[in-house]
Amino acid sequence: MRVAALWARIRPYPSAVAGAAIILALVLVAVVTVIAIPYNQAVTQWRGGDADWRMNPVNASPVWTNRLTGGNAPRTMRVTVDPDTIQRAPFEGGLQMRLPLSFDFPYDDFPSELTLMLTLSGTERAAFVDPVWQRPDGSEIRLGAQRITGADRIALSQDRALEGRLGDVPHVALFAQAQDRTRVVQGRYTLLIDAVLFDEGAELSAELLAFGRVHGLAGTDHLRRDLMLALLWGTPIALAFGILAAVGTTVTTLVIAAVGVWFGGLIDAVIQRLTEVTMILPILPILVMIGTLYSTSIWLMLGVVIALGIFSASIKMYRAMLLPLRRAPYIEAARAYGASNMRIVIRYMIPRILPVLIPSFVTLIPTYVFLEASLAVLGLGDPVLPTWGKVLNDAQTQGALFNGFYYWVIAPAVLLMLTGLGFALFGFALDRIFNPRLRST
Amino acid sequence: MTELTQPPATHPSTTRPRSREISGLALFMLRRVLALVLTVLVGVYLTIIIANMGGQVDELRIIQIRADVSEAVRANPAVAAAERPALIEAQVAQEVERLGLDQPFFWRSLDYLRRAMLLDLGRAEQMSSDLGSRQVSAIITERLPATLLLFGTANVLVFAVSLIVALGLSRRYGSALDRTIVALAPSSAAPGWFYGLFLILIFAFAWPIFPSGGMVTVPPPETAGAYALSVLHHMVLPVFAIFISSIFVSIYSWRTFFLIHSSEDHVEMARAKGLTDRMIETRYILRPTLPPIVTSFLLMLIGLWSGAIILEQVFNWPGLGTLLFQAIGFRDTPVIIGGVVIFAYLLALTVFLLDFLYALLDPRVRVGAP
Repeated sequence: MRVAALWARIRPYPSAVAGAAIILALVLVAVVTVIAIPYNQAVTQWRGGDADWRMNPVNASPVWTNRLTGGNAPRTMRVTVDPDTIQRAPFEGGLQMRLPLSFDFPYDDFPSELTLMLTLSGTERAAFVDPVWQRPDGSEIRLGAQRITGADRIALSQDRALEGRLGDVPHVALFAQAQDRTRVVQGRYTLLIDAVLFDEGAELSAELLAFGRVHGLAGTDHLRRDLMLALLWGTPIALAFGILAAVGTTVTTLVIAAVGVWFGGLIDAVIQRLTEVTMILPILPILVMIGTLYSTSIWLMLGVVIALGIFSASIKMYRAMLLPLRRAPYIEAARAYGASNMRIVIRYMIPRILPVLIPSFVTLIPTYVFLEASLAVLGLGDPVLPTWGKVLNDAQTQGALFNGFYYWVIAPAVLLMLTGLGFALFGFALDRIFNPRLRST
Repeated sequence: MTELTQPPATHPSTTRPRSREISGLALFMLRRVLALVLTVLVGVYLTIIIANMGGQVDELRIIQIRADVSEAVRANPAVAAAERPALIEAQVAQEVERLGLDQPFFWRSLDYLRRAMLLDLGRAEQMSSDLGSRQVSAIITERLPATLLLFGTANVLVFAVSLIVALGLSRRYGSALDRTIVALAPSSAAPGWFYGLFLILIFAFAWPIFPSGGMVTVPPPETAGAYALSVLHHMVLPVFAIFISSIFVSIYSWRTFFLIHSSEDHVEMARAKGLTDRMIETRYILRPTLPPIVTSFLLMLIGLWSGAIILEQVFNWPGLGTLLFQAIGFRDTPVIIGGVVIFAYLLALTVFLLDFLYALLDPRVRVGAP
């Protein structure tokens, strides 16, 4: 019922509707994220626990950048062997195998990395492999014979000898046109692996990873992590931090201001002086100090923000609003029927000025969302949780802008901006609705 | 939104003699200075308590004493190598006793307080000033001017522009420009460093016309003129970042404030007398609203001191904020604590300035001061 009434008052203001829509969307994303990826799972995945980030490319742009730039950058290709094409030729005391890894390469740009995964099973002895690269035009390049044992990850891109022989990094040289080395030869490539296994029961499996230059909807960072996880989980964290901090500071400040006004005298004087002390305490440097000396846990930071916000400068403002209420007839009436001091403060004084405070409360939320991001950008982000600020911090330390990884900065920044804008739009509109003095102008 | 709820000030009438007024002002200021010193005292004491909760400061000092003593002992050729450890232990114990580190924390905290208040901030563990000094106060004073230059410029700019534009807008509210500004006001939800990221992206990388960070080119220009020009060139982006992050909300709140005020009776009266817009603005709107204007300016300064840390870090500006950031990297506790104390002093100074200007502008304050 009351929601409907509020909606009726908000509807004439398009900015309020837009703000409310943004907030609603963010809350929805937050709820879905928390349900889909539980807290513990998110934390362990982000720290590289059970997630297989090895299959992701390093610093890949989001897939949609292809559409934006009109390019056709490669996605990550995982090439496996078709079991029917494997050739086996046993010999005395061993086995000769030929595994063709064939794939079509339709992209305009080179892969970002080439890795060959070889797994040898059923034997203790080392096997001998000789991979040959067959290009669409029929030319062949020997990649260099290797001895392998167990599961080997052969990073072709880091093969200096191969690079020297080809005259360019392998993942470029192997795909480049002969005349113009900046252009890709599109078509069917085959990596033919000739292997000699020195055990009759041995088995070799191969997989080729051609890491792409685009990945997912959010891209990846320098540790191959999918940024989507951090962007999604950043939402509930930002909202929780912003709303809890705003509620914590506003409610405590309001109660203290009301207590000061109601009791007056010494209590009021002490509260006033404490407010002045808090005004000269620099919040961010103190948070920095606490983060450095003790812990950077986001919940400790939240606690400190609320603790420092208790005697904030807004006490002075609330005081000015509450003072005239002290002598109001309805308070006299409450005293006459024997209401206790706390009852008068909590039930009669605070509710009276609450409507006026709701707009400033809403506009306060983004301040704290950005405060959390600020701390993370300074390197004092929560040690385990993925947040928008931490993504920005990683981007900053890895020189994302300098290296042209714009997506790395833009995605978390846009989300932060959206959060800020949503609450600010809503709050400003509420201000005009709740404060009639502004409405007339 | 404090200024919106403040009752409009009435036109003050000053009839008392000048000398009494000045002595009244002096008395008021004296009282305020005392109150502020007390406030800073409590604030710094709280900082010390926070910084000492893990015993960090004590451990720090003992480590420092040990380092100093062993250095002195090792440098002394008269002491045999075998005697050194015993001598170091003895001297450290002596020094710990001399400095009272074996005393209860309460007495020592008072000692820290005295030293912090006198800006005797001790020596840095890792960092040094550009001139090579390890004194925390030397490191900080070296960085302070850069911070003051950047934030002073940006604040004055925001303040002046928003006042002028707001006055103009309040005369024709409802116009397209007015509505645009009101619509843009929520953009101030994001702090300056945030816009800084985008400004760097656009004006330093995509279209490189400004440097992405720093204060002067490397190597610094030889002549003073070229040096100043280079600093100016480097200042453009950070100042602009602060400017766009606070200009719209500032204009918005001033415009609303002036709108409410310009419907006051005495303004209507002046208008009825046929005074020019300019006269009405300067004498009937600006003069009586000066105290709240100054208040909000200085409150804005207070808010910006804190934001300085990250903005400077983003733009690699060699000020206090970057210093604090570097100190975090080095875990150089004396510098961090020193930085916090300096920030507390800056804030207190701002509050003092606020009181002083307020008393100067609004005669009622010094008469009815508590």
